[in-house]
Amino acid sequence: MSANLLKESGPREVFCGLTSIVWLHRRMPDAFFLVVGSRTCAHLIQSAAGVMIFAEPRFGTAILSERDLAGLADAHDELDRVARELLMRRPEIRTLFLVGSCPSEVIKLDLARAAERLNEELQGRVRVVNYSGSGIETTFTQGEDGALAALVPLLPASESRQLLLVGTLADAVEDRLIHLFSKLGIESVRSLPPRQSSELPPVGSGTTVLLTQPFLTETARLLRDRGATVLKAPFPLGAEGSRRWMEAAAANFQCPEASVRAVLDPLEARARIALAPHREVLAGKRIFLLPESQLELPLARFLHRECGMDLVEVGVPYLNREQMAEELALLPDGTTVVEGQHVERQLDRVRAGHPDLVVCGMGLANPLEAEGITTKWSIELVFSPIHGIDQAGDLAELFSRPLHRRQLIHSALHPQASDHPVHA
Amino acid sequence: MHGVHYVLHAPQGDTYADLLFTMIERRGQRPPVTYTTFQARDLGGDTAELVKRHVQEAADRFQPDALLVGESCTAELIQDQPGALAQGMGLPMPVVTLELPAYSKKENWGASETFYQLMRGLLKQSVPPQPTHDVQAWKHEGRRPRVNLLGPSLLGFRCRDDVLEVQRLLSLHGIDVGVVAPLGAGVEDILRLPQADLNVCLYPEVAESSCSWLHRNFGIPFSKTVPIGMGATHDFLVEVHALLGMAPPEAAEGYQRSRMPWYSESVDSTYLTGKRVFIFGDGTHAIAAARICSEELGFTVVGLGSYSREMARPVRAAAKKLGLEALICDDYLAVEAAMAEAAPELVLGTQMERHSAKRLGIPCAVISTPMHVQDVPARLSPQMGWEGANVIFDAWVHPLMMGLEEHLIGMFRHDFEFVDGHQSHLGHAGGAGADNNHGTESVRASGCQDEAPSGQLVWTADGEAELKKIPFFVRGKVRRNAESYARTVGCKEISSETLYDAKAHFKA
Repeated sequence: MSANLLKESGPREVFCGLTSIVWLHRRMPDAFFLVVGSRTCAHLIQSAAGVMIFAEPRFGTAILSERDLAGLADAHDELDRVARELLMRRPEIRTLFLVGSCPSEVIKLDLARAAERLNEELQGRVRVVNYSGSGIETTFTQGEDGALAALVPLLPASESRQLLLVGTLADAVEDRLIHLFSKLGIESVRSLPPRQSSELPPVGSGTTVLLTQPFLTETARLLRDRGATVLKAPFPLGAEGSRRWMEAAAANFQCPEASVRAVLDPLEARARIALAPHREVLAGKRIFLLPESQLELPLARFLHRECGMDLVEVGVPYLNREQMAEELALLPDGTTVVEGQHVERQLDRVRAGHPDLVVCGMGLANPLEAEGITTKWSIELVFSPIHGIDQAGDLAELFSRPLHRRQLIHSALHPQASDHPVHA
Repeated sequence: MHGVHYVLHAPQGDTYADLLFTMIERRGQRPPVTYTTFQARDLGGDTAELVKRHVQEAADRFQPDALLVGESCTAELIQDQPGALAQGMGLPMPVVTLELPAYSKKENWGASETFYQLMRGLLKQSVPPQPTHDVQAWKHEGRRPRVNLLGPSLLGFRCRDDVLEVQRLLSLHGIDVGVVAPLGAGVEDILRLPQADLNVCLYPEVAESSCSWLHRNFGIPFSKTVPIGMGATHDFLVEVHALLGMAPPEAAEGYQRSRMPWYSESVDSTYLTGKRVFIFGDGTHAIAAARICSEELGFTVVGLGSYSREMARPVRAAAKKLGLEALICDDYLAVEAAMAEAAPELVLGTQMERHSAKRLGIPCAVISTPMHVQDVPARLSPQMGWEGANVIFDAWVHPLMMGLEEHLIGMFRHDFEFVDGHQSHLGHAGGAGADNNHGTESVRASGCQDEAPSGQLVWTADGEAELKKIPFFVRGKVRRNAESYARTVGCKEISSETLYDAKAHFKA
């Protein structure tokens, strides 16, 4: 590992873990996410997901009031009342996530005990679990780590041999991967999170875990505690990463090497064909990734090794060196990896570095575009089917699209000065 | 505004608010906000030092003309007094401390208070001992009268185009606009506020406290009519002319300058008469919508409410004029229940009411914030003035079923394509109202409304069949009327005859 690992601190421009609700509520439609926090928390979720029109709400916020803060109202009684009303209105909810926020963590509201109490009262009709999505403790995708970690103790115990894919996958990707694993001879493949919160996969010493996402530090630890083996592998982004990821499972299940090659070789050859047109756009282009989701390292690895991009700087909000060891080993020597952020200084480096593409959050994307810097907004990567060998072309397209678009429309919109930046 | 920077003491993650500006308002600049973005590990250390470092960095890097310093909800709990810290740092620019109680007040109050504190902070030195304002000054000075437009802001509802429209409207009457604030204003503009002959309070939720401070301290009067709708725009012009000492404007002006009155009078609009509409939003837009619906579009307003507690009194008064009890609340479930109870044919509300309307299968248009990105359109789309009335006519009539389709679905109910609740002009197969009854039933089943559920009443098969023949958008109301009629006359069964009895009884 010869990447240049740096740390930076200062103002950060990232989401808090509450944002995980925006995709988790779709993965498990029978679950409800009740944030215990302030109006700010409610506003965050509503702003992020409220553009969709919900006939049935899938998330909500129990907003702390002055009475709760002053201790005038017993916050626990209030929370019980809100949860009870909610479950009365939505009797089809099977799992209720009580999600902690900055205010609830700062005043040390004990949501774990509240979940316990509600569980007793509801007697199995609805399962109540809790995790923290607060900004002071979690960044963006770490919210999913919290949610999954909260489910781990509820997983039934089983010693039988199985492969467990951990981390949210798009439905089609999940189906495809399960199909491919069965071709390798791995018959029992389950997923966490499941599609229905009530259909939790079992876990035990026969369980082999493949992490599909790089941000599952705590979930992985808890699964290990329950006897599962967590495989070390690069993450399944791009043809190479996905192949190594699948091979790690194949080795663990002692699938014959020849049959693994027979299944994966044609997929990889096809992926190269799919990647070719995007590689044409991306090769030699310089990319700068700002910290957001912890997906940055595997993405940088894919974009460099399979798309030929040059890495200016790879920012990560948090670096679990052990879990990322395989990824770091695949990065080119001397890659600048910055853990943490001082957003103003990082933007100075962006401007000075003249990258061709900047991967950043939506708070920065349009302002950078207006300065004439092409961006790829990073949130889309957690909402898109990007995992697996077959998705390598689609993943590359997410990065070639903004460059392609600029080339497509720029001269038409600025006929006189086509190199003039677009001002919004 | 420009040249004003805001240091906000807030945890990591609260920067999501930037997206409201860069994505919803689609701005090409970062908001002038520096967040301290503290994390859990900082709480063990010196968060006050963290605040000072960020204040200094923001002042050095951005060199604003004025600095705002405030706290988010979480920072309010740890009480670092960031404003006082910043005041003591000897910065070269004015520093305005904001006290915004996050657990008792909300967004509009915050905007109003911030604008007020900033303006007061910048102008308090120049307040005269006695207000010496002369509304006739423009006459003596031989110039056109000059007004400030106060209230428009980013993330307000259509503020960008309302400003353009009101500017155009006033300029047609020989009135100049001095300062528009806070939208687009800088510190130098705020300092020019007292030079106007009149303040126009476009959005009372944001600017009323500032207008009234300017009135108290400088004697500058301010207009109170918000020009949304034909009648309100006319009243607004009359008010502004009177306050400036000008002769009143032509009464027929609106008819000449807007297409809305003729569109509403033309026979194609006859079927709009008496359409039942439920209105909810901020106080200003809800009151304006109620007047437009009842006086200008010929709808029947069956529900009116607002989440703006500070506007509760005028909203109640507007509701009373329509024979209604205003709903003042910020609980969307209560709004949804009231909506289901009123069984309207059209909902005019916020982004939230779109959710409830979808659930109940009722056509809906957005008239007020909260909104989402589709309500910050590229095209010119004011709500105020004559053009605003045109925009409103199109936007509010669009979700309703077109007249011919409505007639034909009332006549022939066995079509394979134009089925019950279908609205072919919206271009999709399933009708918005196809699950009208289903939606209403499920609200009822969950016990959200209906004090006395229809438990004792039984619909006979032929009663149900007759009810199905009622066009879908009034079916909810007819069902309710029939049940209430049955209860009044003490009959336990509702047959097709009961339905006709009820119809004659309610004349509907």
